[in-house]
Amino acid sequence: MSPAPSDTAGVLERKDLGRLLEVLNGAGYRVVGPRVRDGAIVYDELRTEEDLPIGWRDRQEAGTYRLERSEDGRVFDFNVGPHSWKKYLFPPHHLLWSTRQEGNRLQVAPGPTLEDKPLAFLGVRACELAALQISDRVFQGGVVDPTYSQRRSSALIIAVECSTSAPTCFCPSMRTGPEVTQGFDLSLRELLSPWGHRFLVEAATDRGRALLRQLPLRAGTEEDQGDLGAQRARVRAGIQRSLPVDEAHDLLQENLEHPRWETVGRRCLACTNCTMACPTCFCSTTEEVPSLSGETSEHFRRWDSCFNLAFSQLHTISVRSSIASRYRQWLNHKLGTWWDQFGTSGCVGCGRCITWCPVGIDLTEELAALRAKAPSTPTTAQGAKA
Amino acid sequence: MKEDRRELARELRTHPFLQGLDPGFLDAIEGATQEREFETGDPVVREGEPAGELILVLQGKIGLELVAPDRPRLSLLTVGPGEIVGWSWLLPPRIWQVDGRALKATRVLTIEGNALRKVLEDRPKDAYQFMLRLVPVISRRLHIARIQVMDIHAV
Amino acid sequence: MPSEPFGAPVPQESGTPWAPVPYRVSERTQETADTATIELEPLEGTRRPDFLPGQFNMLYAPNIGEAAISIAGSPSDLRRWVHTVRSAGKTTDALAQVRVGDVLGVRGPYGKGWPLHEAEGKDLLLVVGGLGLPPLRPVLYEVLSHRDRFRRVEIAYGARTPKDLVYYEEIQRWRGRDDLRFQVTVDRAGTEWYGDVGIVTQRIPDMRFEGSSTVAFLCGPEIMMKGTARALQERGVLTSRIYVSMERNMKCGIGQCGHCQFGPYLLCRDGPVLPYASVERFLALREF
Repeated sequence: MSPAPSDTAGVLERKDLGRLLEVLNGAGYRVVGPRVRDGAIVYDELRTEEDLPIGWRDRQEAGTYRLERSEDGRVFDFNVGPHSWKKYLFPPHHLLWSTRQEGNRLQVAPGPTLEDKPLAFLGVRACELAALQISDRVFQGGVVDPTYSQRRSSALIIAVECSTSAPTCFCPSMRTGPEVTQGFDLSLRELLSPWGHRFLVEAATDRGRALLRQLPLRAGTEEDQGDLGAQRARVRAGIQRSLPVDEAHDLLQENLEHPRWETVGRRCLACTNCTMACPTCFCSTTEEVPSLSGETSEHFRRWDSCFNLAFSQLHTISVRSSIASRYRQWLNHKLGTWWDQFGTSGCVGCGRCITWCPVGIDLTEELAALRAKAPSTPTTAQGAKA
Repeated sequence: MKEDRRELARELRTHPFLQGLDPGFLDAIEGATQEREFETGDPVVREGEPAGELILVLQGKIGLELVAPDRPRLSLLTVGPGEIVGWSWLLPPRIWQVDGRALKATRVLTIEGNALRKVLEDRPKDAYQFMLRLVPVISRRLHIARIQVMDIHAV
Repeated sequence: MPSEPFGAPVPQESGTPWAPVPYRVSERTQETADTATIELEPLEGTRRPDFLPGQFNMLYAPNIGEAAISIAGSPSDLRRWVHTVRSAGKTTDALAQVRVGDVLGVRGPYGKGWPLHEAEGKDLLLVVGGLGLPPLRPVLYEVLSHRDRFRRVEIAYGARTPKDLVYYEEIQRWRGRDDLRFQVTVDRAGTEWYGDVGIVTQRIPDMRFEGSSTVAFLCGPEIMMKGTARALQERGVLTSRIYVSMERNMKCGIGQCGHCQFGPYLLCRDGPVLPYASVERFLALREF
C-alpha cells in the first residue's frame, strides 16, 4: 500500500490515465487534446486514452514536421503541432450575429458564444499556457469578447509539462517554459524510468483539486523527484534557439528601415501559415452571408492574416503591398508593438511559425540579423519597399 | 501723379517677392514698373501671347487657367496678394503658357520684361538674389502640380 | 478515497458587444455625386448614446456588411446620428444609397476624439482635406456653441473640385460669420469657380494665428497632413499641439481584429485622433 497523496498533488500510474478521461467525460466536459491526424498531432476531441498519440514522436525543424513511432510507449512524447487552443476560444469561423428584415424592421440576434458543453483542454504546454494569458489580454483586457470569455472561463485547463524539446523551441528565452508553473487547473508530468511509467499530478485550483480527488493517486517519492529533475535538465539541454525578449521592442523600433526586411521579403511567400499556426495571432475579418431571399443574413468573423494583401486595404489600395512590408508588420507587432498594445510580448517561443513556414523562415534568425547589422544611419533609399 | 509714383515705389519695395533686395537694384527696376487694375473676369494674360512682364499681385486674385480648344477651361492655381505671376518674360520664346484671369477686383504691379532682364544682366549679384526668390516659386508650383496629379482626394 | 461530484459548469450565454442596434434613416442629403449625408434615429428609445467629436460608428448595411464611418453631427443633438458616407466599395455604396425609412445597424461610438479642451484659450486651426471635414464638423458645432472659450478659429478646407465640396450651404453660412474664418480651396476647377485653386497647404500662410499659442487639428490624406504639419511647424506651431486623425481599414472597432494597426496603435482604440508627434516618424515610413 502506497502512502496517501495530498489534496493538491500525487502520482497517477500510467495504467490509470484512462480514468482521467472517464472522469472528465463523465462530468460533462468535451475533452479536447492531441491526437494523430493527417500526419500531424492536432487538437481534437478525445473520447478515451486510446485517442492520444501514444507511442508517437514528432521531428521538427525550420520548414519540417514529421511523425515517427517511438518504442517506449510514452503518451506525450512530442512538442506542439500545427494547431493551438485558440481555435476553441477564438473559432476560425464564427457567427457574430444574424439579422432578419421584415419591412422596415430589423431584428438582430447575437450569435452563439458557447458550445453545448464546456471544454477541457488536455495537454496544454507551458508555452501554450502563456499564449492563453496573452490572448486573455487581447480578448478580455479591454472590450470583452463574450465567446472567448465564456469559453475561457468554463474551460478546464490540464497542462502537460514537456518531456522532450524540439529544435524549434525557444521558450526559456521567452520566460514561458519549458516547466509548467502556473495558469492551469491540473498539471501532469509524464515520467518513464526504471521506477515506472507514471504522471506527477498537481492541482492549482478548486476545480483542479476536485478533479484530483477523483483520480487513483499515490504520494510522490524521492525517485519521482529525481526523475523529474533529470527530465527537465534533458528538455532544457535540447533547446537550441533563443530570442532576446526584452530587447526586441526597441531593436525593431530602431530598425524599421533595415535592409533585412527586403531580404526576408524575397523569401516569404505570404502564405499566412505562421499566423494561422501562431497560438496568439488574433487578426480577423468579417463576412456577410445573406440568404438568397435577402430576408435574413449572417455576419461572421473569420481568421485573417496581416500577410494577406487585402488586410491593409484602404480605399483602393493596399497600404502594405510588398511582402517585405507585411513581414515587417507581423514581426514588429509580434515582438515589438504587442508590448505597447497589450503590455506583453506576442510571442511565447513555441516555434510553430518556424516549423510551419514552407520556406523555413526563422524569426529568431531574423531578429539576430537585425541585431548583428543595425544600419549606422537610417536611409530612405533602402528599407521595406516593394 | 508724383504722389502716385511715390506710392508705387513703396509698393514695389514692400512686395514680399522683392522686399529686402538691394536698394540699388530696386531703384533700377522702378522705372520699368507700372500699376494695373482688373475687374472680376478680366483677362490678365493670355496663353500664346508674348510674355512682356513680371506681375506682382497687390490685391485681389488671379486664376491661372489651362485652355485647349477641345476641352473646358481648367483652373489649376490661384495667385493672391504677395505672390507673382509669370517667369515666361525671362525664358525664350517669352510666350505666356497659361491664361490669367482676374477672379475678383485685382491690382498688380508689372515690371517690363526687357528692362528687367537688362538690369539682371548688368547686376549679376542682385540677379542671383532675385533668382533665389524666383526659383522657390517655380519649385513650389511644381510641387503643387505634382500633388494635384496625385489626385489625393479621389477615392 | 474522498469523492465529491466534479461537475462541469453550466453554460451561460450572454449578450455580445458585437451586435448592431437598429436605427431608421430619417433623412438623406446628396452632398456630391458619390457622397451623401444620412441621419439615423433610434427605433427603440428616443436618444442615441453620447459621443465625442472625432469618434466613429460601425455602420451596418444589412445583407452587405459593416464600415467604420466618422460621426459628423452635433454632439448636442441627441436624437440622431449624422454620418457622411462616400461610395468607395460595396458597403459604403449601400450606406450612401439608403432611402429614408430604411433600417441600418449602428455600433459605437468608438475611438478617441479631438482634444478640444487643449485648444481652450488658444487659437484653433482646422486644416481639412476632402472627406476629412465630416469628423471635424462636430468640433465646429462644439466650438460655435462655446465660442468664447477659444481665440481665433481658422479653417482651411481643400477638396478635389468645387463639385466635391460637402456641406456647401453650411459652409456659406460659416463663411458669413465674423467669429471664424473658413477658407476653401480646390485642386482644380472650371470657370464657374471664383475661389482658390491649388492645395490646402497653400492656405496656411493666409491663416491668422499666433504660432506659440495655437492648437491644430488635421484630417485628410496622409500626404496632406504631413505637408500641413510641416507648414504649421514653420509658422511656429508646437508639434505637441498638432493632432491628426488617422485612417486604416477597420473591421471590429473594439481593438480585436488587428486591421487598424499603425505601429504601436490600434487606431480604433487608441485613435483615430492621435498627437502628430506620436505618428510623425511612422508617417515617414513606406508601406507602414
